[in-house]
Amino acid sequence: MNKTPLYDQHLAMNAKMVDFSGWNMPIHYGSQLNEHNIVRSDAGMFDVSHMNVLDLRGEQAKAFLQKLVANDVDQLKSDGKALYTCMLNEQAGVIDDLIIYFIHNSYYRIVLNAATRKKDLAWITQQSEHFNLTLESPEGLAMIAIQGPNARTKVHQVLDDETCTKVAEMKPFNACFCGELFIARTGYTGEDGYEIVLPASGVEVLWTKLRQAGVAPIGLGARDTLRLEAAMSLYGADMDESISPLECNLNWTVAWQPVERDFIGRTALQKQREAGVEYKLVGLLLEGRGVLRGHQRVVSDAGDGKVTSGTFSPTLGRSIALARVPVAMGNRCQVEIRGKLQDARVVKPPFVHHGKACYEELN
Amino acid sequence: MSNTPNELFYTQSHEWVRIEDDGSVTVGISEHAQALLGDMVFIELPEIDSELDVGQDCAVIESVKAASDIYSPVAGTVIAINEALEDAPETINSDAYGEGWIFKLQPASLSDVRELMSAEEYSALITEDED
Repeated sequence: MNKTPLYDQHLAMNAKMVDFSGWNMPIHYGSQLNEHNIVRSDAGMFDVSHMNVLDLRGEQAKAFLQKLVANDVDQLKSDGKALYTCMLNEQAGVIDDLIIYFIHNSYYRIVLNAATRKKDLAWITQQSEHFNLTLESPEGLAMIAIQGPNARTKVHQVLDDETCTKVAEMKPFNACFCGELFIARTGYTGEDGYEIVLPASGVEVLWTKLRQAGVAPIGLGARDTLRLEAAMSLYGADMDESISPLECNLNWTVAWQPVERDFIGRTALQKQREAGVEYKLVGLLLEGRGVLRGHQRVVSDAGDGKVTSGTFSPTLGRSIALARVPVAMGNRCQVEIRGKLQDARVVKPPFVHHGKACYEELN
Repeated sequence: MSNTPNELFYTQSHEWVRIEDDGSVTVGISEHAQALLGDMVFIELPEIDSELDVGQDCAVIESVKAASDIYSPVAGTVIAINEALEDAPETINSDAYGEGWIFKLQPASLSDVRELMSAEEYSALITEDED
């Protein structure tokens, strides 16, 4: 099994380790609930070194990305700006979701999911054949995400003055290189913070400094409850190759203009848009006790659907889920939990924003 | 390495059983099991007076991570349930062998209980798991 450069640190912190797509990763360091609450109220850090960094360089890098992904990198006008997008197949199914950072001129950095690494690289390599560019998956990198209302202040304490000044004024969804550090103001928790990519040789020092600055290590368990409260999609659960962005609440990531831009999957997606989709992704709040989980059946007068991700929300103190349901479904449904139908309310996610409940009731 | 008290009996499915002075037995889940499951957020207890077969699923605990069935370690009748867990399921995490008990049974036969795994056997089983 693969280990990240922080593996020994996790063991030293008594992490419970699990197999995450072939990576031996910390699920929690004692209590997932505590860790969740620390990120909502203070600052926590995640080892996300298993994620897949890909550097794209060359004159045609931009033209290639305009073909490869459904969002338009032409929106990235200033150095360091980031873009969230889906990479589609010809049938408009989602191969993966990713963030593209515009470094400068003809240089883009892409961060993809760990679980889909192999197929992503194969697909991107195949599609790039007729473009003049280089693809590099840099070896020996590590990545830490620091998230929470106090995350940035605490990170600033461990940076040198020059770096600190540079990132302190950086806007959300931007990134910059500061020496060997690549610092992005992005994340997967619904809180402010940074994601830092750096050479593996320096990651233990940074991890230790952050701990000393009062940033708690957080496992992948809390990462999932945090992202679900923030209604951020999880690849493989909320969408996959059989689902288009229009069926999983990711319409906003599709750039239809300019119409001449012929991204992969556009034709199929356009057809689906014109014909109308059958399913939508909604938020569910369980009315009673119990916990919603992926794959549970959703029942309503408008037809059946299914829970794509479900969990107990520590912030709301009740169970929440994302579910794919018929478009016509109203604001009530039932979910089958261990053979019993239980009432749930349909809401517009996200469930939590900056530590507070924020879901919208449907009429 | 998880704590496995010597005076208790254990099952393959990670329940522990304590024989009380009055011949009844108390059932809970092991420290190893609670650590695997993580923070508990919900419990569904068995009904008092229900007759259970050995291995029958009779309760459900849900952690943040997953739902898990609890199986009756021996045949018997449910004589008490730990209702305090309904409001504080996390007690199973903090005190698996004490306040985190789940239900009490009047067993059909105490010799069934003595045939369950000893602490030593159970430790060997979970050591394999933990490696």
